[in-house]
Amino acid sequence: MDKSRRRFIQGAAGVAAGAAVPAQSAKALRRENKPLPPNALGMLYDSTLCIGCRACVTACKEANDVPVEQPAHLRDWNVGVWDTGEDISGKTLNTIRVFTHGTKQQKDREENGYAFVKRHCLHCVDPSCVSVCPVSAMLKDPDNGIVTYDPDACIGCRYCVYGCPFSVPQYQFDDAFGKIAKCEFCQHLQKKGQIPACCDVCPTGASLFGRVDELQQEAERRLSRTPGDRYEFPRGRLGDDRPTHEAAIPKYKPHVYGVSEVGGTQIRYLAGVPHEKLGLPKLPDDSYASLSEGVQHTLYKGMIAPLALLGGLIYLARRATKQHEDED
Amino acid sequence: MPQSTHQPLGGKLLTKPFLFFALLFAIAVYFLATRFMFGLGSVTNLNGGYPWGVWVVVDVIIGTAFGCGGFAMALLVYIFNKGEYHPLMRPALLGGLFGYTLGGMAVIFDLGRYWNFYNLLLPWYAQPSSVMFEVALCVMAYILVLWIEFSPAFLERFGLTNAKQKLKRFLYIIIALGVLLPTMHQSSLGSLLLVMGSQLSPLWYTAWLPLWFLLTAIAMGYGIVILESTLVTNAFRLPSEQRILSKLSPIVGWLLAVFLVLRFVDLLIRGQIAPMFAAEMNASMFWLEILVFAIPTVILLSPARRTSQQQMFLAALLLLAAGSLYRINAYLVGYEPGNGWSYFPSAPELMVTIGVISLEIMLYLVFVKKLPVLHGTRPA
Repeated sequence: MDKSRRRFIQGAAGVAAGAAVPAQSAKALRRENKPLPPNALGMLYDSTLCIGCRACVTACKEANDVPVEQPAHLRDWNVGVWDTGEDISGKTLNTIRVFTHGTKQQKDREENGYAFVKRHCLHCVDPSCVSVCPVSAMLKDPDNGIVTYDPDACIGCRYCVYGCPFSVPQYQFDDAFGKIAKCEFCQHLQKKGQIPACCDVCPTGASLFGRVDELQQEAERRLSRTPGDRYEFPRGRLGDDRPTHEAAIPKYKPHVYGVSEVGGTQIRYLAGVPHEKLGLPKLPDDSYASLSEGVQHTLYKGMIAPLALLGGLIYLARRATKQHEDED
Repeated sequence: MPQSTHQPLGGKLLTKPFLFFALLFAIAVYFLATRFMFGLGSVTNLNGGYPWGVWVVVDVIIGTAFGCGGFAMALLVYIFNKGEYHPLMRPALLGGLFGYTLGGMAVIFDLGRYWNFYNLLLPWYAQPSSVMFEVALCVMAYILVLWIEFSPAFLERFGLTNAKQKLKRFLYIIIALGVLLPTMHQSSLGSLLLVMGSQLSPLWYTAWLPLWFLLTAIAMGYGIVILESTLVTNAFRLPSEQRILSKLSPIVGWLLAVFLVLRFVDLLIRGQIAPMFAAEMNASMFWLEILVFAIPTVILLSPARRTSQQQMFLAALLLLAAGSLYRINAYLVGYEPGNGWSYFPSAPELMVTIGVISLEIMLYLVFVKKLPVLHGTRPA
């Protein structure tokens, strides 16, 4: 092996070893998950209470001025009447989806049953979309934790669409000047003292608005009751004096989804079937942003490593160019 | 060390191949006009689950890796001080110039809100935790660096020897930046995926992503240098650079071998044996990728094979294919957004990508014919 080759391999091995050490301790590279904001607002969605009426979808469209959606393959089937969006999209900020199995006989049962789920932004505590956005177009309110979008900042790179573990932010591909569409928890209504439109219209209290800490207690209260017991389900905003919806406590799966997933969210989901069946994936407790930001912050902390590397490169390049003065 | 003798090739510009590429580019312009009038959805198959398609993955992520020839050669010539490779430097830089400039251009027509592009440069919008922010600034800076690095060719062409001498005095700083910046953003193109978590198959999702992207980008840089040198010396009947290329090849071979070994070490450490052998598309694509990496590794490390021009050409082609496949796998194939979403590029979408590559080839031809880029013995 000639000298140059040996030196090159030594160099390459050095680079590899240097990178392998931090890579091995990926866990150690993570920064901490971000904490829940002090006055975090959120929603408790109880799949067992949802009757699939989609009043929340219509109310959301009206409140946020987004158009009725009719996918091409359903357009002939009903002409301009029903909103037939199948999932959240550039035109649909929330929607109700249904899980079905076998004969679909009984609601909230895994075998031969069906169950509803509402899809919209979960307002993560440590959101990937906020972490990945290069121009601060996605921001998380430091007080109430609502994740908002600023179209004037957005360059449309769609990294938020790609990076969101729930596929929530959606770019309007059919518009020459498309924006990112996502639930912003009806901020404009909240400023007027109202509550998010979906929770406001929900007839059964399946979508319940409130403070995250209080919603968490409410979810735990429901889980602690015996199935079959009568229970007064609050509607609209938790703690308001709206008439309640009285019903029997269903057989819940003993998991409150949204508490710890990807570092926690501000939405809580209760369901009678496993949450994965409802398109709510099993996710780790560490936020994904905590790893990518951890690695990035380690490599680029104070720009010390890049500057040190630049110093070394300048020295070597200077030496090489001096030796070959006649070249360029 | 002999004096560098870069010369313009001269010759006719509007040749038949040139017009063919011009036609492909014209088709791309038509579809781009459609995109700007009616939105990204009118031309592409992008959707809510797959917001990034070939315009990002091929034009930008693979395109800039193809543009790493200048980076890879500068690393060898100026950092490892191997002056004997100098003749390959300028054409490699030219490839980088176009790979990056056009990759940067492709970003503009892929951006959904391109008119806000300059927000990346406004401090009050800056979001330094975003890997994309770092990539964007680094790539913009590197495009500038590439033009300065390449500018001696312009200055020679227009006889500005004075300016060239002045530039030479601080060129080593530019050269150092020309190594630092690609090191940063080519590895960051891997870091972009660190936030994907369970959305990316464990065959590709690893904390080593930044290193994998960096190593393969450097290897692809050498691949493009070998490919380009072979094509150009044959097409324009220039003296063969085979001797110097066969000296370069073990370096590239070892680089690839190190990458392949580390790749499996990482999969073993993470205990991801099962997904490698699952009866799934992901596993097949993984092994295809490994195979396409392994063949050039064997060729480049074999003293008998690397003296053959055909074998070297094949190795370079496969090396570039492997690096591209790795990027396609990591960004699209191994990515699973759920909800039944799928993506395959539309014909118009592919035509735009082909048009961008055609423009790159056309510009390359113009530059080597009109500017002193290649080492020639023919009188210009």
